[in-house]
Amino acid sequence: MGFLSDLVSWFGEPGRWAGDDGILPRALEHLWLAALPMLIAVTVALPIAVWLGHRRIGGLAANAAANIGRAIPSFGLIILAAIFFARAGVSLRFWPAAVALLALAIPPIYTNAYTAIVTVPRETVEAAKGMGFTDNEVLWGVEVPIGAPLIFAGIRISFIQVLATVPLAAVLSSGGGLGQYVVRGFAQGPGGRVEVFAGALLIAVLTLGADWLLSRGERWVLPEGRRPRSSEEIRAAASIS
Amino acid sequence: MGSQVQTDTMIRLDNVAKVFAGASQPAVANLSLDVDRGELVVLLGPSGCGKTTTLKMINRLIEPTSGRIEVDGRDVMSVPPHELRRSIGYVIQEVGLFPHRTIAQNMATVPKLLGWDAGRINERVAELTVLVGLDRSMLERYPTELSGGQQQRVGVARALAADPPVLLMDEPFGAVDPIVRGHLQWEFLELQSRLGKTVVFVTHDIDEAILLGSRIAILNVGGVLEQHDTPERILASPANEFVESFIGGERGLRRLALRPIGEAVVSRGPVIDITGTPDEAVRLMEEHGVSWVGLLSGDQLLGWVDASEIDGRPLAALTPREFLVSLRSDSSLRSALDAVVTSHARMAVVVDDGIYRGMVDLEAIAEEITE
Amino acid sequence: MILAQAASSLFDWDWVGRNIDSIWRRTVEHLALTGVALVAGIVIASALAAVAIRKPRTYPTITAATGLLYTIPALAVFALVAPLVGIGTVTQRFITAEIALISYTLLILIRNIVTGVNGVPAGVREAAAGMGYSEGERIRQIELPLALPAVMAGIRIATVTVIGLVTVTSLLGLGGLGFFILDGLRRSIIFPTEIIVGVVLSVALAAALDIGLLGIGRVLTPWAREGDR
Repeated sequence: MGFLSDLVSWFGEPGRWAGDDGILPRALEHLWLAALPMLIAVTVALPIAVWLGHRRIGGLAANAAANIGRAIPSFGLIILAAIFFARAGVSLRFWPAAVALLALAIPPIYTNAYTAIVTVPRETVEAAKGMGFTDNEVLWGVEVPIGAPLIFAGIRISFIQVLATVPLAAVLSSGGGLGQYVVRGFAQGPGGRVEVFAGALLIAVLTLGADWLLSRGERWVLPEGRRPRSSEEIRAAASIS
Repeated sequence: MGSQVQTDTMIRLDNVAKVFAGASQPAVANLSLDVDRGELVVLLGPSGCGKTTTLKMINRLIEPTSGRIEVDGRDVMSVPPHELRRSIGYVIQEVGLFPHRTIAQNMATVPKLLGWDAGRINERVAELTVLVGLDRSMLERYPTELSGGQQQRVGVARALAADPPVLLMDEPFGAVDPIVRGHLQWEFLELQSRLGKTVVFVTHDIDEAILLGSRIAILNVGGVLEQHDTPERILASPANEFVESFIGGERGLRRLALRPIGEAVVSRGPVIDITGTPDEAVRLMEEHGVSWVGLLSGDQLLGWVDASEIDGRPLAALTPREFLVSLRSDSSLRSALDAVVTSHARMAVVVDDGIYRGMVDLEAIAEEITE
Repeated sequence: MILAQAASSLFDWDWVGRNIDSIWRRTVEHLALTGVALVAGIVIASALAAVAIRKPRTYPTITAATGLLYTIPALAVFALVAPLVGIGTVTQRFITAEIALISYTLLILIRNIVTGVNGVPAGVREAAAGMGYSEGERIRQIELPLALPAVMAGIRIATVTVIGLVTVTSLLGLGGLGFFILDGLRRSIIFPTEIIVGVVLSVALAAALDIGLLGIGRVLTPWAREGDR
């Protein structure tokens, strides 16, 4: 019970929420660190994947991307990026994490988008061509709508992955969004128990909340009947190949 | 189990009913049916008539709600279901070959479950391969490497592996194209004539039922038995309106499919051996009132020539044309009628592997039919 | 932390030579952490999958629960478990790490096992029943072997994921090869060699296990390889 009351008082401390080191600014930093790589990945990698899928070339790259993306320890990636940027004398608070996160964000988005387009049944595409669709119309009117669930699944997987990795950047410097609490807490040993737990709780809430929001958004964008049963299902489905 | 009394009845359904949970109507209501040893009974009817449900109750893939089913004198409920099924062959439309086993291993399934030794199993697999007309090279392949028709043959072989007295078949030939289906049906008929198994065969295709069945049980929705008789008698006298409309039109033609041509219908026709003279050929044509003549060499039919081609040359020097339509001695009257109607000359030749038997014309068939 | 400037070359081979023992120990630790997580994960996932298969209504709940565990970042899971289990002793840290690692594998393993078993064609299952396989025989001889490709795929993914996560346990004082990553970072001057060794070896480990499992999978499923139809 002592732990619980400690926890509550931690949250209740003055300046805990809005101050310099506060929960809200850190949460925003957390989201921002995740949002930027995602934005780049979606605006750059996704269209490339869709285009290549449409033309049916570059399948090997998609496969390689998927596997490499899974294998590289995100932790190590951030640190490696840190070395690089340290030598360049650039701020460690932002860039290593941003670069590493970008590298992490791309594979699921790329692979899923590519697979989504490539696995549209040929007969459907040919039927469309036979009806007089132009190449562009086939892409936007047939392939993309059919592939949409998988594409969205990729974006979701990517975002969750990135959100999950942001905290690791806290190891580097004073960045890392909400992860800073956890890392600091661990560094303090037994005394930091409360901070560790509080940080973890906040991260969990943030991540689950973001996932929930994304699933709502997905429902809103995807037409009735094309919706996946649950985020986990597609996430897992997208990784069986 | 003891000794089974050698009765004629192989399968007996006694007031069998099946009501599925949550259903307001029974799928099968109080069905009583007997199947004799060695006969092929077809369960025929529209969808919802419970024919598949009934079939599956025999091997307890579906448990009856009430009633009694006996196979070879013993109650099907008296042994555990999986044991029962090892003595009953089962073939389904999807075939359901095990993808992770070779063809040989698939065929060996039930013998293995029964504990046969390896030598006996190998022998049996070799026998089965010949029995269903497969090539030995296929034995080590996997099911996905075979065509639909080949897979279906393996399915039949697999069901026959342990030499069960009873065979249950659920639309086994439905998943292949019509040409392959025709071959499979004929091959199966041949197989059945050799093996004499007791077969319960489910289909919704009347022509298949007529072709294969020694007796047909026509079921209405809810498993109601409307008529249970030989194809001939069902076609000749349908029991009620339902049966009549289910069989559909062209009953007459369908009955013709059951009757072989018979000798009375076949006549010699305008044919002449090539050793004959052109004059004799012309005389033949005048006699029969036709402008063509068939050419024979011994008992081999070579073809036909038009009157205009006979110009005094020896008959052997002419190039006869092939008859486009021909029948066999065991063809049905229906095929004969179809052939005759198709040909220009309103005639069809009957040839058994090149050997000329005679000709059939429209009048002869009409006479035979109206008898 | 002083930013590393020009002085040191990027990779110090001498260091590697001097610390081969340590590297080896950490690799073993990495494999141990991974191995235990996977074995326990497979056992638990199999049990849960069996429930989900027998009672399909439970599947959404099981998926939601394991999905929750999957969504929460590993770091957070460590951090939620650590204060409860304690990180005083090595055993405690090991348990904390394993709890988090195992929960990460559950979703993907359960999902793949269920999909694999449910993916067995209905016709095959019906034929098996019709030929006289008892339920147990059918599951063991027909359904499980046919589910194997999907299950192996899941195991491969879970393995690679876990190897990556083990590096994060370095924050708990474990880490396997992740130890080098953190250690190289925490020195008064960042030491790239250690970090590079940590990253490269863990990637190599992941790749090796992935390929190894792929090979095992191929051997166990000879029927899945075909070009004909």
